[in-house]
Amino acid sequence: MSEEADAILKMENITKVYPNGIIANKGVNFSVTAGEIHGLVGENGAGKTTLMQILFGLNHPEKGKILLEGREITIGNPNAAIAYGIGMVHQHFMLVPSLSVAENLVMGVEPRKGLKLDTAEAIRITEELSEKYNLNVDARSAVRDLPVGTKQKVEILKALHRGARILILDEPTAVLTPQETDELFDELKLLKDQGNTIIFISHKLNEIKALCDRVTIMRSGKSQGVFDVADVSEQDISRLMVGRDVILQVEKEPAVPKEAVLQVKDLTIVNRFRKHAVDDISFSVRKGEILGIAGVEGNGQRELVEALTGLGKYAAGDISITGKDIKKLSIRGIRDLGTSHIPEDRMTYGCAADLSIEMNLISYKHDHPDLNRKSFLMDMNAIRDVSRELVEEYRILCSTPQQEVRRLSGGNIQKVVVAREFSSDPKLIIADQPTRGIDVGATEFIRKRLVELRDEGSAVLLISADLNEVMELSDSLIVMYGGKITAYIEDASSISEEKLGLYMLGLESQSEDEIGRVCHD
Amino acid sequence: MTKSQRMFEVYRTGLVILIALLLALVIILLVSDVPGEAMKLFLIGPLDSLRHFGNVLEMMIPLLFTGLAISVMFSASQFNLGAEGAFFFGAIGAAFIAVNWHLPPVIHPTIAILWGGLIGSIFCGIPGFLKIKWGSSELVSSLMFNYIAYFFGLYLINYFLRDVNAGAMVSYPFAQSAKLIRLIPKTKVHFGIIIAALMVVFTAVFLYRTRWGYRILVIGKNIRFARYSGINTDRAIILSQVLGGFIAGVGGSIEVLGMYRRFTWQLLPGYGWTGIIVAILARNNPIYVPVAAFFLAYMRIGADIMSRSTDMPNEFVAIIQGIIIILIAASSFLAKQRHKMVVKEAMS
Repeated sequence: MSEEADAILKMENITKVYPNGIIANKGVNFSVTAGEIHGLVGENGAGKTTLMQILFGLNHPEKGKILLEGREITIGNPNAAIAYGIGMVHQHFMLVPSLSVAENLVMGVEPRKGLKLDTAEAIRITEELSEKYNLNVDARSAVRDLPVGTKQKVEILKALHRGARILILDEPTAVLTPQETDELFDELKLLKDQGNTIIFISHKLNEIKALCDRVTIMRSGKSQGVFDVADVSEQDISRLMVGRDVILQVEKEPAVPKEAVLQVKDLTIVNRFRKHAVDDISFSVRKGEILGIAGVEGNGQRELVEALTGLGKYAAGDISITGKDIKKLSIRGIRDLGTSHIPEDRMTYGCAADLSIEMNLISYKHDHPDLNRKSFLMDMNAIRDVSRELVEEYRILCSTPQQEVRRLSGGNIQKVVVAREFSSDPKLIIADQPTRGIDVGATEFIRKRLVELRDEGSAVLLISADLNEVMELSDSLIVMYGGKITAYIEDASSISEEKLGLYMLGLESQSEDEIGRVCHD
Repeated sequence: MTKSQRMFEVYRTGLVILIALLLALVIILLVSDVPGEAMKLFLIGPLDSLRHFGNVLEMMIPLLFTGLAISVMFSASQFNLGAEGAFFFGAIGAAFIAVNWHLPPVIHPTIAILWGGLIGSIFCGIPGFLKIKWGSSELVSSLMFNYIAYFFGLYLINYFLRDVNAGAMVSYPFAQSAKLIRLIPKTKVHFGIIIAALMVVFTAVFLYRTRWGYRILVIGKNIRFARYSGINTDRAIILSQVLGGFIAGVGGSIEVLGMYRRFTWQLLPGYGWTGIIVAILARNNPIYVPVAAFFLAYMRIGADIMSRSTDMPNEFVAIIQGIIIILIAASSFLAKQRHKMVVKEAMS
């Protein structure tokens, strides 16, 4: 095939197994031609990132080979990858927040004046690159103060500065607002016109259609083939990705909100840098509704969740759950009021990965009379029964409930967390990024359960960086920017993505009266 | 852990021990003038008489207690090294009661042992308290506390319990009623071995079958998850350290009441340190502690017997222990084989 002939880079028969036994890649073939934007799509956990980490030297395959311009190469570490002209922009930025843009850009290949960094030269290089590739950044400002979209530009420039001709972007739009995404796409097309090759990882199909020339589709660690984007529809891609037709549209009746369960009044949270991470906000969540919080990450959502669950402290204001002030309550005390919490980071807070599924499922209820005998012993049979029921109800895919959580896939680990949190008759559910990084099946399942629990009378506070999720799942929305609420949208289905983006970027904000409507009794 | 992984850990531990023993034999070959005799005594000396095998069991008793104590403390991921001091200090506490009090037989040692345990639990509880209150590293503070235990203990013996007529720095003799009965004639194997066996069962049940043990295990695996789940982590940390200290203190008391007629230690006896090796070999699981304690006791007695009749010094046991610790702690030892096994399992 002619296409194969101009492949600048080929990966053949790549197989990678992680130490926990999960097969991330199984005999994957992948190739890109010079000067194209090549999409790599697949569900979370399909092995896209692993494949690219192998290409960037961060992971080493058990089998398979990599060919660059027809020559077989081994990429032992990222430095080797960079030497071959392969650059990667990670999902989580690898920048030093306290240093300036110029300093970050030249790090590792610093221009020197004697023993010192030649700052003037670094700034000159930055400005030159910035102009050449039309990626506008201010060389002098500290990375810490930049918005996410600009940080990403710095990362791209950094890779280009190191001589990358093949640029890997790992889900670059996940953290961007719609406006920033459009800007990024224009810049990437410009880079392509200048002769660079771009590998674009995503699971958002409209982006693939808008940006890419060709696309490789992955499912459960295997490649499903390469296609010209012009020849396939979004439906085709989605079917190949998931293996069946999916409807991610959440089906739900209009909410019937009752009395407020969570009430937040004039809440201010000061973070460790003495900044007001949450700045004098008030809102309430009512029984039988899902209130979504939209916003770019880092605008106070994390601090808010920590305060609501007792994991963090707050400086001023009042939080009450089912009418009780939680200021003096322990985490356990707050949970006993009927609060459930799906944490943002399931591996850090949501589970003990080295313990069995059973032991993870009972963490909150472990001293409940149902699970203990009259003596001081725990009732292992009861624990076994409860766990087996939950594993079945939540369709947790495992060999036995005694299996270590570490050996499950991301989606199933999240199901363990969700099963535990949803099974305690919650009055208030705080769902922080409930479907982040998990497969479509688990996502559908969790979203459906959230709606069911709403209908059964739980109040749900949903925090999600995924715009689709927060818009579809929520009944009402608030938008957070800079620790403040910039908008309250009573009917979440009535707002457009673009309008929401403006609120998220802090470019527009509603009047105080409009925002004040989010407080109910 | 799946079955094959558990088997792999057993295999790995076995291989480590084998390597250490082989190295020991090489050292004997290089150093000794009578290598054949030395090897024979080292390997099967402990089995050649009831008395020698009794020595192994006697040595095993204190190692059981310190091994259990450290397993409990390490299970909470608290690297409290205070078992050594708790063992020593507990022994001194028991010695005071054994010398000064007059009680009926069974009650006397019971009180002395419980008192020693209480002292041990306070001793190990303090580094835990400092940790949760001010975030000071329990590793450093417990290590330093061992010196306090040592010098303060010697001061107490010297000024309050020393028998001036004995000619050495030893305590007055213990009351006959305070001593533990001997179980096997011609050996010094005492009632402490039964208490130790009960303690193994108790700690295993406590850690794996009670809510308090559950909290300790969860904290040990992921303290943030424990906190998030509403577990009072401070309380559980203190509990694990106090319980560990109690077991070590009980062990020290039982050791002096079972093996000695007076308190005679001039130095820290070192069982707390060896207990760390026991706990590491047993992977902090009380069920495996007896196996590890027996192995180490056997090796030490073997080396003792060897050093008595040959030119090999028994200190060479320290080399073997060192190798064992390094290889077991080295997570990349056999990591390739483990990964191959994982790959094979996953692909099948």
